Amino acid sequence: MARYLLKRVLGALVVLLVLSAVVYLIFYALPGNPAQLVCGPKTCQADQLHRIEVGLGLDQPIWLQYWHFLVGIVAGRTYSGGPEVIHCAAPCLGYSYQTGEPVTGLLLDRLPVSLSLIVGGFVIWVTVGVALGVLSALRRGRAVDRIATGLTLAGNSTPVFLVGLLLLIVFCVYLRWLPFPGYQALTVNPLLWAQNLILPWVALSVVSAAVYTRLTRTSMLETLSEDHIRTFRAYGLPERRVIGRHALRGALTPLITIGTIDLATSLTGTTLTESLFGLPGLGQLLVSSVRNIDLPVVVGVTLLAGAVIVVANAAADVLYSVADRRVALA
Amino acid sequence: MTTEALAADEIGPPAPVPASTGARAVWRKLRRERAAMVGLAVVVLLILVAVAAPLLTAIEGQDYTTYHDTLLNSARGGVPTGDLGGIGGAHWLGVEPQTGRDLFARVVYGARVSLAVAISATVLQLLIGLAVGLTAGLAGRIADGVLSRFTDLILAFPSLIFSIALLGIVPQSFPRPVLLVLVLALFGWAGTARIARGQALTLKTRDYVAAARLAGGGGFRLARREILPGLAAPVITYAALMVPGNIIAEAGLSFLGVGINPPTPSWGQMLSAATTWFGGDPMYVFVPGVLLFVTVLSFTLLGDGLRNALDPRSTNLSRRAE
Amino acid sequence: MSTGKTSAAVGTESTVDTPVVSVADLSIEFPGVRAVDGLSFELAPGAALGIVGESGSGKSATALALLGLHHGTGARVSGRITVAGTEVTAATPEQVRRLRGATAAMVFQDPMSALDPYFSVGSQIAEVYRLHTGATKQAARSRAIEVLDHVGIPDAARRAGDFPHQFSGGQRQRALIAMALACEPRLLIADEPTTALDVTVQAQILDLLHQLRAETGMALLLVTHDLGVIAGTVDDVLVMQHGRSVERGPVGRVLAAPEHPYTRDLLAAVPRIDAPRQLSLADRPTTPDPLVRLVDVRQDFPAGHGLLPGRRRTVAAVDGVTLDVRRGETLGVVGESGSGKTTLARMMVRLLRPTGGRVEFDGTDIGQLPDRRLAPYRRDLQMVFQDPISALNPRRTVGESVADPLRAAGIRDERRIRDTVRDWLSRVGLDPDRYDAYPHEFSGGQRQRIGIARALVRSPRLVVCDEPVSALDVSTQAQVIELLAELRAELDLTLVFVAHDLAVVRQVSDRVAVMHHGRLVELADAETVYTDPQQTYTRELIAAVPVLDPALAAERRAERAALRAAG
Repeated sequence: MARYLLKRVLGALVVLLVLSAVVYLIFYALPGNPAQLVCGPKTCQADQLHRIEVGLGLDQPIWLQYWHFLVGIVAGRTYSGGPEVIHCAAPCLGYSYQTGEPVTGLLLDRLPVSLSLIVGGFVIWVTVGVALGVLSALRRGRAVDRIATGLTLAGNSTPVFLVGLLLLIVFCVYLRWLPFPGYQALTVNPLLWAQNLILPWVALSVVSAAVYTRLTRTSMLETLSEDHIRTFRAYGLPERRVIGRHALRGALTPLITIGTIDLATSLTGTTLTESLFGLPGLGQLLVSSVRNIDLPVVVGVTLLAGAVIVVANAAADVLYSVADRRVALA
Repeated sequence: MTTEALAADEIGPPAPVPASTGARAVWRKLRRERAAMVGLAVVVLLILVAVAAPLLTAIEGQDYTTYHDTLLNSARGGVPTGDLGGIGGAHWLGVEPQTGRDLFARVVYGARVSLAVAISATVLQLLIGLAVGLTAGLAGRIADGVLSRFTDLILAFPSLIFSIALLGIVPQSFPRPVLLVLVLALFGWAGTARIARGQALTLKTRDYVAAARLAGGGGFRLARREILPGLAAPVITYAALMVPGNIIAEAGLSFLGVGINPPTPSWGQMLSAATTWFGGDPMYVFVPGVLLFVTVLSFTLLGDGLRNALDPRSTNLSRRAE
Repeated sequence: MSTGKTSAAVGTESTVDTPVVSVADLSIEFPGVRAVDGLSFELAPGAALGIVGESGSGKSATALALLGLHHGTGARVSGRITVAGTEVTAATPEQVRRLRGATAAMVFQDPMSALDPYFSVGSQIAEVYRLHTGATKQAARSRAIEVLDHVGIPDAARRAGDFPHQFSGGQRQRALIAMALACEPRLLIADEPTTALDVTVQAQILDLLHQLRAETGMALLLVTHDLGVIAGTVDDVLVMQHGRSVERGPVGRVLAAPEHPYTRDLLAAVPRIDAPRQLSLADRPTTPDPLVRLVDVRQDFPAGHGLLPGRRRTVAAVDGVTLDVRRGETLGVVGESGSGKTTLARMMVRLLRPTGGRVEFDGTDIGQLPDRRLAPYRRDLQMVFQDPISALNPRRTVGESVADPLRAAGIRDERRIRDTVRDWLSRVGLDPDRYDAYPHEFSGGQRQRIGIARALVRSPRLVVCDEPVSALDVSTQAQVIELLAELRAELDLTLVFVAHDLAVVRQVSDRVAVMHHGRLVELADAETVYTDPQQTYTRELIAAVPVLDPALAAERRAERAALRAAG
């Protein structure tokens, strides 16, 4: 088991390294003047450009730049070349000349918003999705199944921003039950925090629960037709127990992998929701930094997202092998 | 000997008739799925509308770029005059707020863009995915190892983030729809590759493939005659379900402002503009919104129906009671 | 002995004489087919009844109906079934549930999937025990260990905490039997309990059942297609065909002197290991000149992953085998699962490249040739496969499947191809006009014939048959073997016949090679291998083969016990 963990961790690190290299290279090796891009959409003055060039080491070969970048993640980095020296503490994911902030700081600022959105939403959409899926499987072909099927189909076919828009129209304009959402930190006022996040959560859930419903239903139906379910029925176990103890376990285990990775991809997949509801999360940060072509921030956000996915993949594998002993480990 | 052998062979039940063998059988099965047929009809209709966009707008007598300020009520901030966003004989679906552009024309041309991008992206994803997946499945363990790692890497990329970033960084001189197709394809082929590889590995172990190897002929002959036909079913199903995914993806990217650039219309882009108008002119949300929804739904129904027709054993969404 | 229950379904009288199973006029219908038609039989307490039939006979449907397991499968049951005093056909689901596992227990065919992979074996047995007896967790756990030990699982206390995938196939079946025993049932229903097991393991399980019956006095209902299995295990046998009972009687009488023509045909078709060999396929003069020579052939497969890419563990499926295949002979290769016989067969026709050693065909070493250079040999080396379902491409007509080798060889003349294929189709006993039919329109036996036609269409010199009849019913088996015999004689073929069924191999081979764990254990004339085996493993193997004479079966059981005690 420990050996398997080690192997997975090493593998994840390798992928992360490759990912970071690819990301860095793509963005900094593009045609055009990276210094100008980093500086911003407005035309910059020569000394400003010079400062950026020296600070980022843009005159050096690209692999050396990349190397400094990597070192910076582990040990912090100093940007020289201007009137003052900028210190960027570890883990340094870059420095945004446009906003004058270290990238890591920007990311940490936005993180709680995105996390609130995702974790809250995740709990809702997984619970609803799985419950509907189990119900559909158990009442196959009946009303519940058809309704769930229809809802799932509709949910899958609608982009999240459309659902969000419709929710806004219904709840904020016509019914006026809720004010237009902003963002209130959890620590400041939990009630307001939740109230502002309800619509985004519901929007996300409508779209995301669908996948779980479909998967759970299929998984449940498959498990119910397996031999060991027949064995326990043949030994007189009440149906309640057969399903609750034996069928559910088998049906839900495959969802672990999906769930873990879903959670990870959601971190940045909520860009659309954030954009629609004006929530200052990581996704919004990315969009605005893309608009302004703030390269260091773009690189930072992309790397963070990639890292989360890689880690989640490895975690999913490990979790799954714990849940299902049959999976051969190393 | 013939008749005796035949008669004696009747002991034991005849083998059950399995899934489809041939396009005609598939079509027959598909016809029985009502939901899928509705989906198919709508899809065909939409494609026709998209193709005939210039003709339709000519009939209406409008185009998608002309501003019609006179139809807007500037006192209320640029909202169209008239009910339902200004629907009337001259403008079949009304006009856009703020710009006064004909909504029907924009929506119909938007269909063109969205469908073209989505379908092209799907085709490209299929081609790349098949090539990678088949090679991984058939060309030996080393090739499989390398290509699978590569596929995993692509899957590990945060595709939305990366797409946004890429689309934002690449200069505007590069034709936008082409760029969109490339970006969508770049991150979307991995699913097909996985399926193709999985199927190739499974089919490789079938005895009839071994028999084909014993018959002689090279690796390509084998892949073409034995493996590829076996892939048709899962790949077609997956493709039919990829199109709606690509439509939503393009809509999302355009919504964020990194997709199709104005003045070329795109449903996602229109919805993005509609966010500021959902209070004043909800029609501007509904028209592209409903169209987007209906398009995606139809492709999904068609895809589900195809999956059923190609493999009656699958349990899925739109299946009715057994 | 009245218990005063008002429900008529639960029996109020239960004496020693009441049959433990009573079936009256049972009919089971599925949409479109009548699986069981007017079946009636009884099983006395402590007795053993075998229900025998081929596929489609309705035997499994009957077994499932006994415990009411047909609910939810779309089956319509009419007639009356009474098990241990409970009238299953009229009882409430609650009453039937109480019956299951406690009074009557069932053991199924495939031990691989019959247990829940997420819970330990001991906890599953304990769960069933607690359900029916209301015992404490402690008591249930002890009982689980007790029964596991009773069925012969070594180190039962520790093993009770292991998961199903940590047990071998035979041990899993023992565990299932243990679960069945936990509540001390009066009846054990076994539905093809050994079909998925190797012959030596099968013998162990059957011996176990025999022993348990002697110890606990429970009744046994054994459902199987294998006549040999019932000969040594049951008292009475019931033969079913197409849902009806065609013959019933004491097993000795039915097997020695069957009355119904179907039973007679069935018996005639079973290859016997204890009867004199028929001279149909074998015994043709052969030259000692080898057509194929295998020298120290090895096949390693990677197993598991080392931490570093350099070191990979391998497992040897074939571990240094040396043998000759003589021109014109039929060489039988026999072994259980994991013996490496299929791997060996595939190396002979170069579907696999040997990891080590030489494969010489007609003097030339073809072992390491790359695929392109093998082209000229493809004509002479052919194979007939086991599974009639996967052996033919379902999307291609059978004529095209048979024609494929011709096309691959570059023959373009459509006329010639068609004529050749039609000729071969009729030679294997099929109607040549069915060239354009699809595989699913044929039965299993017919599909095997098509596979044989495909293998022979270019007149090869060596044909390796990999379990060609294992997936077929007994009567169809005999026909296909007959066909192979005729063709061998006509075409002067060299055959390698790979199978796990010793009786079949004995019938068809000149010489027999016995394989075990990738090694060649014994190689000799067919007659010698079966009457005077030299190696211990061969002796065990032969002692495990079921025979059709109950008296002989009892002898061999004693023999097996002796071998076990000695080894």
